[in-house]
Amino acid sequence: MSTGRDPGLQPERTRLAWRRTLLTVTVVTVLAVRLAATGDPTDALIAGGTVLVWGALLVLCWPRGTGTGPARTGGRTLPLVTAGTVVLALLGVLLVLRGLG
Amino acid sequence: MWEAIRRWFDPAELGSVGETPDYRFSLANERTFLAWLRTGLALVGGGLAAAQFLPPLPMSHLREVIAVALLLLGAAVAVRAVDHWARTERAIRLGQELPASRFPAILALAVGVGALLLVVAVLMRAVGGR
Repeated sequence: MSTGRDPGLQPERTRLAWRRTLLTVTVVTVLAVRLAATGDPTDALIAGGTVLVWGALLVLCWPRGTGTGPARTGGRTLPLVTAGTVVLALLGVLLVLRGLG
Repeated sequence: MWEAIRRWFDPAELGSVGETPDYRFSLANERTFLAWLRTGLALVGGGLAAAQFLPPLPMSHLREVIAVALLLLGAAVAVRAVDHWARTERAIRLGQELPASRFPAILALAVGVGALLLVVAVLMRAVGGR
């Protein structure tokens, strides 16, 4: 075993946790795009918004936990990922309410 | 409230209190945040799925009410996740007790009651026919 490496593999587990989160974001985005596939231009715009949020979160989260040794933790990424999730939820609410009209 | 939001986005402020802990504690705290975020995302996904896969329910617009409730609950879980992460990180740095929270119990009750209400709605539909 190499020295300076956490035997509990915490950085690796954290990287996988970030990847799992990205996978969940992807599923949510696919569901939102499917819900928005009505042919309506405004719905298409909302779908574009969700894909944009997905791309931003992908760029933001992918570098997290890469590399070995004491990993960078915390920082602005966490509140930003939260903001992305809230935006996805609000775009979803918009889609559902538009479906009523 | 704005003060709390400003704090979430200011890692330097968080890094200035107390002592830097063993990085593994911070990583564990981060993974807990991510698990909560995925819980929130699952609720958001559930709301989006309810809106498009649920058959029409006996009460008018019940489907949309369920979808919007799940979406807003998901957003609330995500916001609470980052708040709890920041408060936990602060407590770790200051060597204090970790913050206690009623939120998991409240969320469990809300999901349980919501599921029961849905069971009632499904049974009403089954008994009442169409």
